[in-house]
Amino acid sequence: MSERPVLVLGATSGIARAVATELAKDGRPLYLAGRDLPELWRVASDLKIRYGVDVNVGVFDAEDTKSHEAFLQNVVNRTGSLGGAVLAVGYLGDQAECEADPQLAQAVIARNYAGVASILLYLAKHFEETRTGFLVGISSVAGDRGRYSNYVYGSAKAGLTALLQGLRSRLQKVGVTVLTVKPGFVDTAMTYGKEGMFKVATPEQVAKRIVKAVRRRKDVIYVPKFWRWIMFVVRSIPEKHFKKMKF
Amino acid sequence: MLPTKPPQTRIKGLSGWGRYPRTDQTVERPEKASQLGLHDGTSLARGQGRSYGDAALNSDGHVILTERLNRFLEFDSETGMLKVEAGATLKEILDAMVPKGWFLPVTPGTKFSSVGGCVAADVHGKNHHVDGSFGEHVASLDMVLADGSRVTCSPTELSDVFWATVGGMGLTGIIESATFKMQPIETAYVKVKHRKAGNLDTAFNVLDDDKYDDRYSVCWIDCLARGSKMGRSVLITGHHASRAEVPLMSHAPLELKEKRVKTFKRDWPRFVLNPWTIRMFNGRYYRREGRRGEFRTDYDSFFYPLDRFNDWNKMYGKRGFVQYQFVVPRDQAREGIRKAIDMLSKSRRASFLAVLKRMGPPSQGMLSFPMDGYTLALDIPLTNDLTDFLKKLDEVVLQHKGRVYLAKDSRVPAETFRKMYPRLDEFLAVKRSVDPHNRFTSDMAKRLEIAP
Repeated sequence: MSERPVLVLGATSGIARAVATELAKDGRPLYLAGRDLPELWRVASDLKIRYGVDVNVGVFDAEDTKSHEAFLQNVVNRTGSLGGAVLAVGYLGDQAECEADPQLAQAVIARNYAGVASILLYLAKHFEETRTGFLVGISSVAGDRGRYSNYVYGSAKAGLTALLQGLRSRLQKVGVTVLTVKPGFVDTAMTYGKEGMFKVATPEQVAKRIVKAVRRRKDVIYVPKFWRWIMFVVRSIPEKHFKKMKF
Repeated sequence: MLPTKPPQTRIKGLSGWGRYPRTDQTVERPEKASQLGLHDGTSLARGQGRSYGDAALNSDGHVILTERLNRFLEFDSETGMLKVEAGATLKEILDAMVPKGWFLPVTPGTKFSSVGGCVAADVHGKNHHVDGSFGEHVASLDMVLADGSRVTCSPTELSDVFWATVGGMGLTGIIESATFKMQPIETAYVKVKHRKAGNLDTAFNVLDDDKYDDRYSVCWIDCLARGSKMGRSVLITGHHASRAEVPLMSHAPLELKEKRVKTFKRDWPRFVLNPWTIRMFNGRYYRREGRRGEFRTDYDSFFYPLDRFNDWNKMYGKRGFVQYQFVVPRDQAREGIRKAIDMLSKSRRASFLAVLKRMGPPSQGMLSFPMDGYTLALDIPLTNDLTDFLKKLDEVVLQHKGRVYLAKDSRVPAETFRKMYPRLDEFLAVKRSVDPHNRFTSDMAKRLEIAP
């Protein structure tokens, strides 16, 4: 890996902070972006003091797509061209609330897909120019099939997964890896206190897998690994039965 | 715009490190500093749950886990001043700071406790007689108070809140972050000396004698030895080794290899630790460790021998154990501690972690444990008749003007507590001013009737 900085979007999330920590341990300079600036500063000083790496922070709002071009330009102006980017923007909306209020569903889709797609496309342009680096997108197992209990969030994540697939074949020509991460249950604020969790992975375990997968130029990983098999089964259930299932 | 979600709660069975009492708690775990705050009803911050009893439980209200708020916020490499969020553990601090040449000013016997917990219990270490308690090295605390306000307190600013919070068992508010001064070290090693003391009198003589003293000193006692050998012990002293004292490793004197950690997966059956096996262990330890003389070891082995075993509390079986630690003033020490050890050895209660330590002048913490004198810490396996025995110990402690350590307590009655902590009224005056409606409480506070 080169010593160019890695941009982490949605850097205050549990998984993102863990990934940033793993990268900092390797001595990678970082640029942390998100909406909550005071919180970003806390994560940044933590990484600076513990691992002695250079960390910049900046405000990034996924839904404000008009700002994305200028945002990325500003990042590059401040730190030079990027060595990689990790996208960890996500919001697990409540399905029942989304059904009651389609406006809310719209916002969930905007946060998880529309806004994310916009910045990813700008990032793709950047990496096409620099012809080096990696792109990590945190999608979800929820995107593998539209399920009764979770299809609004799932559909946005399905869109993200498809977009990352497309970007992968576009960027492989210039030697840039695109990694799609599909987490199952990870022990973060998103899942804390939720019913029906099992074999929950820690953010640190997930982050270690992600950094290793980038190094090995993997395309898609499920974390924990066994989710690949669970989702294989879920995908292979015929639709005429699947539509009657309530999970 | 999407609403920002407040942290979710869950119901979780929790206990202290002594594994008793254990009850279901309503728990939340914020990941952002701005989410740290109060709930309807009562709240209590909990770090790593390393206090032994009911100090970090709040059965009728909320428990706020601080473990994800563990970030290092500021570090001045000139002065060693470090500011961290209260959820940071001592282990995290050591891992980051020892390679830079800095060590904790004061450390308890485990590195798995949180900084918030160290302040709330005003913990002490082997260097109390020289350096005082943890709270005395804290420059300032950022806190969330009962009215939701965020304040900074220090020995000079809101000093009454500060000294009520140091040792205050989390009852004045939530500690968000703490700033304290690290001490410079030249190596990650400790120069240690072991000496045998054949009985309790000799042990006291050695502990009192400055000739034998060092920065860190502590005395391991064989509580099962009786008669003329009663109180036979191994005096353990040490100081951070200078660069000259570790010539062989001078290329990287601050680096340590990561040690392998063993985990107790299962509770040991009760018969494993019985007076007979512990007597064997104690005798062996006394003979082997007593003659080791002078040697060098790494800081991990010196300060945290038990941390090498995850969940070592399972050793005491399902029923668990009770930690009993008390301190008595200097002029009462020989008599008071002799009585306690005598009671233990007569009742054949097996304690294989009995530690005697000299303490220096107390901090200004209103509910802080340390006082100028001697402290004895005991691990006692839980048995049916233990309650009565500990009551008798309480009486001995009271009679000699001492007190028990709240961080290790789960059973002292409110009335006894009040006699042991004469500055309680001062504490309650502060509590009334910052938390008049008792929004911060714990199972311990309820038991000890600490309320405005």
